[in-house]
Amino acid sequence: MNETGANETSKYLLEARNITKVFGELRANDDVTLSLKPGEIHALLGENGAGKSTLVKIIYGSLRATSGHLFWRGRAVTVPNPAAARELGIGMVFQHFSLFDALTVTQNISLALPSDVDIGALSGRIETVSNDYGLPLRPDALVADLSVGERQRIEIVRCLLQEPRLLIMDEPTAVLTPQEADQLFVTLARLASEGCGVLYISHRLEEVRRICHDATILRHGKLAARVDPQQETAASLAALMVGTEVAAVRTDKGTAPGAPLLELSGLSLATDDQFGVSLKNINLAVRAGEIVAVAGVAGNGQGEFFDALSGELTSSNNATVKIAGVGCGREGITQRRRRDAAFVPEERLGHGAVPNFPLSENVVLTHHSVEATRLETGDGMAGSAVVRNGMIDRDAARYVNRVVTELFDVRKGTPDPEAQSLSGGNLQKFVVGREMALQPRVLVVNQPTWGVDAGAAALIRQALIDLARGGSAVLVISQDLDEIFEVADRIAVISRGEMSQAYPSEELSLERIGLLMAGAHEAVARNAGEAGAA
Amino acid sequence: MGALEAVILTIITASTPLLLAAIGELVTERSGVLNLGVEGMMIMGAVCGFAAAYTTHSALLGVGAGLLAGVGMSLLFAFLTQTLMTSQVATGLSLTLLGLGLSGMIGEGFTGLPGIKLEALNIPFLSDIPFIGPVIFGHDILVYGSLFIVAGVAYVLFRTRLGLIITAVGGNHHSAHALGYNVLRVRYGCIAFGGACSGLAGAYLSLAYTPQWIENMSSGRGWIALALVVFSTWLPKRLLVGAYLFGTVWIMGLYVQALGVDIPSQLLSSLPYLVTIVALIIISGNKTLTKVNTPACIGQPFAPER
Amino acid sequence: MILVLEKRSRRSQAMVWLSPVLALGITVVIGGFIFASLGLDPFKALYIYFIDPMTSLWSIEELIVKAAPLVMIGVGLAICYTANVWNIGAEGQLTMGALFGSAIPIYFTDWQSPLVLVLMLVLGAIGGALFAAIPALLKNRFGANEILTSLMLVYVAQLILDWVIRGPWKDPKGFNFPQSVSFEGWQLLPLLGEGRVHLGAVLALIAAVLLWVMMGRSLRGFEIRVIGNSPRAGAFAGFAQKKVVLFCFMLSGALAGLAGICEVAGPSGQLQPVISPGYGFTAIIVAFLGRLNPIGVIFAGILLAISYLGGEAAQVELGISDKMAQVFQGMLLFLILACETLIHYRIKLAPGRGAVKEA
Repeated sequence: MNETGANETSKYLLEARNITKVFGELRANDDVTLSLKPGEIHALLGENGAGKSTLVKIIYGSLRATSGHLFWRGRAVTVPNPAAARELGIGMVFQHFSLFDALTVTQNISLALPSDVDIGALSGRIETVSNDYGLPLRPDALVADLSVGERQRIEIVRCLLQEPRLLIMDEPTAVLTPQEADQLFVTLARLASEGCGVLYISHRLEEVRRICHDATILRHGKLAARVDPQQETAASLAALMVGTEVAAVRTDKGTAPGAPLLELSGLSLATDDQFGVSLKNINLAVRAGEIVAVAGVAGNGQGEFFDALSGELTSSNNATVKIAGVGCGREGITQRRRRDAAFVPEERLGHGAVPNFPLSENVVLTHHSVEATRLETGDGMAGSAVVRNGMIDRDAARYVNRVVTELFDVRKGTPDPEAQSLSGGNLQKFVVGREMALQPRVLVVNQPTWGVDAGAAALIRQALIDLARGGSAVLVISQDLDEIFEVADRIAVISRGEMSQAYPSEELSLERIGLLMAGAHEAVARNAGEAGAA
Repeated sequence: MGALEAVILTIITASTPLLLAAIGELVTERSGVLNLGVEGMMIMGAVCGFAAAYTTHSALLGVGAGLLAGVGMSLLFAFLTQTLMTSQVATGLSLTLLGLGLSGMIGEGFTGLPGIKLEALNIPFLSDIPFIGPVIFGHDILVYGSLFIVAGVAYVLFRTRLGLIITAVGGNHHSAHALGYNVLRVRYGCIAFGGACSGLAGAYLSLAYTPQWIENMSSGRGWIALALVVFSTWLPKRLLVGAYLFGTVWIMGLYVQALGVDIPSQLLSSLPYLVTIVALIIISGNKTLTKVNTPACIGQPFAPER
Repeated sequence: MILVLEKRSRRSQAMVWLSPVLALGITVVIGGFIFASLGLDPFKALYIYFIDPMTSLWSIEELIVKAAPLVMIGVGLAICYTANVWNIGAEGQLTMGALFGSAIPIYFTDWQSPLVLVLMLVLGAIGGALFAAIPALLKNRFGANEILTSLMLVYVAQLILDWVIRGPWKDPKGFNFPQSVSFEGWQLLPLLGEGRVHLGAVLALIAAVLLWVMMGRSLRGFEIRVIGNSPRAGAFAGFAQKKVVLFCFMLSGALAGLAGICEVAGPSGQLQPVISPGYGFTAIIVAFLGRLNPIGVIFAGILLAISYLGGEAAQVELGISDKMAQVFQGMLLFLILACETLIHYRIKLAPGRGAVKEA
């Protein structure tokens, strides 16, 4: 290969050539090449686990490549650590923010700047830059008190203060409302017009088509394609990412829904956690045969809402939560499971499953107090209870595991591996399948396909739809609007612990959901009323 | 010497070892590491300090030896918990058990020998002023040193970039790593500082508090220092107040007995431990006080990706 | 070159059992060097320490007498630590158990009936359990750190013991020595055979086996393991963390209390200022060396008992401090923890920071 000499000027701002990164037995990046010009917004696309994060961490100096070369404005460079990257003019906005809750905005920003920066003068600079780019920030605010959107602003301003030539953004819109995302795109366009390069990681294909000039697509750690996103459709980009066509989810709208199986009335819950969100007077009913989705930006009370439904948090008033018409607000999760309800939490590892327990023991986690497994196995064998007289029947648990992993296509190296050894998608299929094995009449799922590959996501969504069509009530809490529109019959939006009413999904536009997410319940309700009257 | 003067002097003497050990542990915990081995580092500081002072006839060399012993023990802890990523709770416990055993063995030959006392700094004129002289200017180097260290720690933590980095590492090690800070190096440093302070606290016991070697002479002070850090909600100024309160409780028993009050001596001896429990209850029950400053990563191992 | 740990894709089953053996091996080697540095023949010293205690009937019996309380307390602590509940106050619970159980022979000096012994044992367990409930309740109610509170209570318990045997429970005919009346007949544990081995050894074995079954087979054991591994998943399973904390503390406290009354009604035969040579603390090491497995704890208890006996023998025969036993124990725990890393990680040497590697 022809090496670019040090004195040769290059049209590229950054080139990463033949990057390979090996973690133990895994090749996270395998001979990947990426190049990006000044003033260009360059998309880096790929499924979860395709190697996007690994590649940008190498560029930013957080990770060291096993082999390969980096060129910065035509010059070969090594980036041993993030400080070196910042010195070159590379800034990064992390997906899981690299912020410190206990420190102020100014302190947070100063930690990313060279040590000789004058902290006293910094506050002023922060205010100037943040206002200049339409990203208002209070320099002395404690990060713990800020919303997710505001936290992202800190990260961006932190990069802007270093006057970067290249800005790396890892899934920046995953935590934003559509309106906040639009504001971000304006900022990015302005940066690009000033000659700054932007490396933009996302899996939201529509927005990539909208704002990006060029795209590099990774698949299983390898370079899959280099395309102009404006010439592609979302479907063709998806096909390049996944490699094969993913079976479309069958979304036949079922028969008219039946009686409400899950009813929430006046559900309020104060939090004693200073970082928590209180739930305020939530009313919602999910009927037999339908899927209701709860949309919302992360951190608006979804976790508390899930816990209140599952019984991990109980209510003082029994009537606030009703399952199949019976009040159970004061009951714990085990009693609610005995009422044929099942739950899938957001965190797979450490909440839905014990990381270092084998799958069969993770079956016991949610099956220990129900009579018997009701899964239709097809081989005519009836499930038996996994716990009898206080003792665990390991064979019964292994049997459930075998059936679940077969039905949900959970891929694993050994028959009964530890939960943490499975990939995200496979573990999620196991957790969902484990709950499906209980054949619940009510199923509550928080972020059903978060961080899951496309194939697993399709399978899980199909399972949710099939369960609802079979006569169960399904409640899906999700931040992924594409997913919500794919599965939901009705949609409600949660914002700062308050819930909007549930609208039929065909009546809601993206804009209206965005307004609801931002907390404008009344305005939208009024508009809906006017629309209804007109 | 008046009675009040004597009381104040003994309070200072009883408080200084608690303050020294606790301020070191405060820094360690601020960086996100829980070292339960304070008692073990302290007792090693005591025995090594005594042994060095006895053999060299220099109390100051004893102080230095105590410091080094504390650092050595803490580096052992750091290697296990940071490099080998062992459980901090279990490793801290084992550091204490090891320290108690090792000190007993090292100290066996020194039991009952006359000690070398760390003399008070004699400041011309000032030390001779009645009352004020002995109370304010009549102490040894470690008493002043402990106050100086507390002030220094407060300054570094809240006024310097190093303090910001320590707090950042303790608050979110993943973020600190992502920004390019070397989490392990910061933590090694803070653990070693904690060890040094515990070693000094031990040396104070065997060179100033009771200038001799007695087995297990730390008698739970290391554990009380740990409780003090919780009590202080990780703030140096509150730690200073707490240490002096606990020091007062510690010697109160002596004075109550001296006054001829008829209370079993065992009850008085158990006061420091009971007061510690009560203090833990009061402070732990108050969520707003504890949550704000608690280093979020405390006790969690950190493995950087490579 | 720097030391780098590489995470294994799954934990090494071989290392689960090899790591304690490896730790023991390194301890012995370091011990040999220490002996050599003291000018002793390391092989002879190690022989006296670790082999000699197992060569005569007398010493094997003595071994069982010492191992019994270690195992009894150790299994309880193993359950606690599995649940991530840090009871380090077993020494205090042992003291309290001894006090509660001794109340019967001290207040009813002349009462002789098998019931006396049963009552003493039950009261001993209750005393330990109640004393252990204090840190559990303080943790559940106020969030007070159980490590610190349980440890503080050790000092309190020892001072209570000191007070009663110098005060109300002092033997009136004891020439003012700080000790209680001597226990007689049914106030003492029956001996097994001719030597000093008493019923406590059997109780310890039963406790270990019962807890092994509980941890391996029962839902209660599963609950404890889940809470210890992942409290959030435990809540999702419908398990109450606070109940587990209380259960583990009271269970281990009861076992420590039982060990305490067994010491008093066994080897010593009366209350004395010092009941145990630190069994409650040594049992922490026993629990870890046994890899928190009740059956493993039996072997670990025997091993640590050997180190106690070996320490005494070495003092007599070689004139080295009996503190050496404590050093061995502390070193052993350190190395157990260090070697445990090998279960989850492979140790590798990697190039230092400066170098850039290219394929």
